[in-house]
Amino acid sequence: MTTATPTVAVGTTRTDAPKTVAGRVRKRLNSRTATLVSIIIALFWTVPTFGLFISSFRPEDQIKTTGWWTFFTDPQFTLENYQQVLFGRSSSSGQLASYFINSLAITIPSVLFPIAFAALAAYALAWINFRGREWVYIAIFALQIVPLQMALVPLLKFFSTGVTVAGIQVLPAWDLVDEQKFAQVWFAHTCFALPFAVFLLHNFISQLPGDLMEAARVDGASHPKIFRTIVLPLITPALAALGIFQFLWVWNDLLVALIFAGGGDETAPLTVRLAEMAGTRGNEWQRLTAGAFVSIVVPLIVFLSLQRYFVRGLLAGSVKG
Amino acid sequence: MEFDFAEEQPKFLMLMYGLIAFVAVVGGLLLLLDVVPAWFARRREARLVAASASGAPLPRRPKQREGFFALFFLLPALLLLTIGLVVPAIRTVLLSLMDSNSTNWVGLHNYGWMFSDGAIVRVLINSLVWVILVPLMATAFGLIYAVLVDRVRFEAFAKSLIFLPMAISFVGASIIWKFVYAYRGDGQEQIGLLNQIVVSLGGEPKQWLLESPLNTLLLIVIMVWIQAGFAMVVLSAAIKAIPADIIEAARLDGVSPWQMFWQITMPSIRPALIVVVVTITIATLKVFDIVRTSTNGNYETSVIANEMYNQAFRYGENGQGSALAVFLFILVIPVVIYQIRNLRQQRKG
Repeated sequence: MTTATPTVAVGTTRTDAPKTVAGRVRKRLNSRTATLVSIIIALFWTVPTFGLFISSFRPEDQIKTTGWWTFFTDPQFTLENYQQVLFGRSSSSGQLASYFINSLAITIPSVLFPIAFAALAAYALAWINFRGREWVYIAIFALQIVPLQMALVPLLKFFSTGVTVAGIQVLPAWDLVDEQKFAQVWFAHTCFALPFAVFLLHNFISQLPGDLMEAARVDGASHPKIFRTIVLPLITPALAALGIFQFLWVWNDLLVALIFAGGGDETAPLTVRLAEMAGTRGNEWQRLTAGAFVSIVVPLIVFLSLQRYFVRGLLAGSVKG
Repeated sequence: MEFDFAEEQPKFLMLMYGLIAFVAVVGGLLLLLDVVPAWFARRREARLVAASASGAPLPRRPKQREGFFALFFLLPALLLLTIGLVVPAIRTVLLSLMDSNSTNWVGLHNYGWMFSDGAIVRVLINSLVWVILVPLMATAFGLIYAVLVDRVRFEAFAKSLIFLPMAISFVGASIIWKFVYAYRGDGQEQIGLLNQIVVSLGGEPKQWLLESPLNTLLLIVIMVWIQAGFAMVVLSAAIKAIPADIIEAARLDGVSPWQMFWQITMPSIRPALIVVVVTITIATLKVFDIVRTSTNGNYETSVIANEMYNQAFRYGENGQGSALAVFLFILVIPVVIYQIRNLRQQRKG
């Protein structure tokens, strides 16, 4: 509380602090309104999810005939919906356990591959001197703006018919069946994730102290050794942030899975199944509510436990640029 | 009738293959890069020893093979980007100039179709509404909330309430909101929150998602609901980064909270504000899941990405689908250029 000189930046009429009663009331009213508005917004953002969550534990006939808010006056609790939607064997029940495994099988490699490749590439772009380095970086950076819609049709063709140049088959078709189609999805997700992943990791890796690298080089360490023993441990927070981004993106993705995994229970992830259920069985709320929570719970756990890294990555990726 | 775990085994096997491939590729690459140069180094050493023993002139130390390392570090990423993104994007541009089977060249016909077919024009208008409203509303809500909960008790908790929808898939969020919009016939007890509110205020229940153009606005609400958390986090960080002495000076000047907001907060967080708006704009341009899950693009709610999927993968119209994808790309370019220019100015400043 030094006697600060009135800054020019403010440059407006100087109103004195409210000394009158009316002024004080107005000020208090302001903070009241502020609290009220923030509570309304908070409710708007939580009540829909809460309602669905409560509903997923209510018996079918209850969900379909009364609003979820009646739960508080007439609580009836059941796990039947989850039992049905996860393990039920009839075709209408969801069979989500199977799709849950698909989601896992799709997500884990789709997170690991792009992170590893991006880390290698980002290291090379930041700390290895070679001609054309700037251009390669700019090219990868620019690829961020290509919407993945631009790649879908040709990439699907690449998988189904291979590559022919002037009538000669250069690469064969992949011809994958059933669970082998996971490989297609991994491939697609890895490709689409790379531009942003390289960009984000480059931001971190290029800010590591140059003296450190210099010292290691003088000691005779090779690039792979520096990468493994010095860079990787130092960028763990960035890797974690990127991992969460990619995890949420892949787990929650619908479009890529729809095109490259197909719709069957051999490969399709939860999102594809849920979107289908919402379309064809839009009034089976006992299954949709429970199903939605089956798909939400994993990203929610990941998100809540690693929120710190996520926020840091978000700020580094979007603001520092 | 029970879930059979054994049937799921092939999937785990496949996942294991994937993980083995990962270890083999990444580990193998690093090993290769470690072993090969080491072998060369040892051979050079041997030659050096031999040379010094025979009294011949010492061979000169070879130039550092930096390019070799760079190539192998970059190889996986560059290969995948070429196969998965660069070549397909170029092919999509070419496909957009061809007919539905990609056999004959049709020039700009597909683009002409896009702007003359009434249904597609409607799609373009919907997309425009999305792109205008979502960034505006999501940023506004995020900003208001960030300002309101700044430095109150339970700030972290209050923020995570708004932030949580970011973890929820668009599909999940669409189901959550479909339930809010759910409809039961007049006279029946309503199960959807929105209709319940309408009824308790004395109104008639409505089939919200069937009524155009209101349904587009209701879908936009879902997107705003998801994106506001992102806006809030970034803007909140920017607000906290405003130097304390500026705020202190303004407070001593007796500036009202309102003036404080417009004349100090807003100018200070302008760069962050631009980043938020641009990021949300790009995400909105590509929105697909919400429309597909909620209405499947029916009842005049379709948007570009959704129509692109329908044309290319449901109707087999590769040319028209590709044209829509290219159009999407063209729409993104100016937004990104604007952002890059801004970032550069920011760095200079």
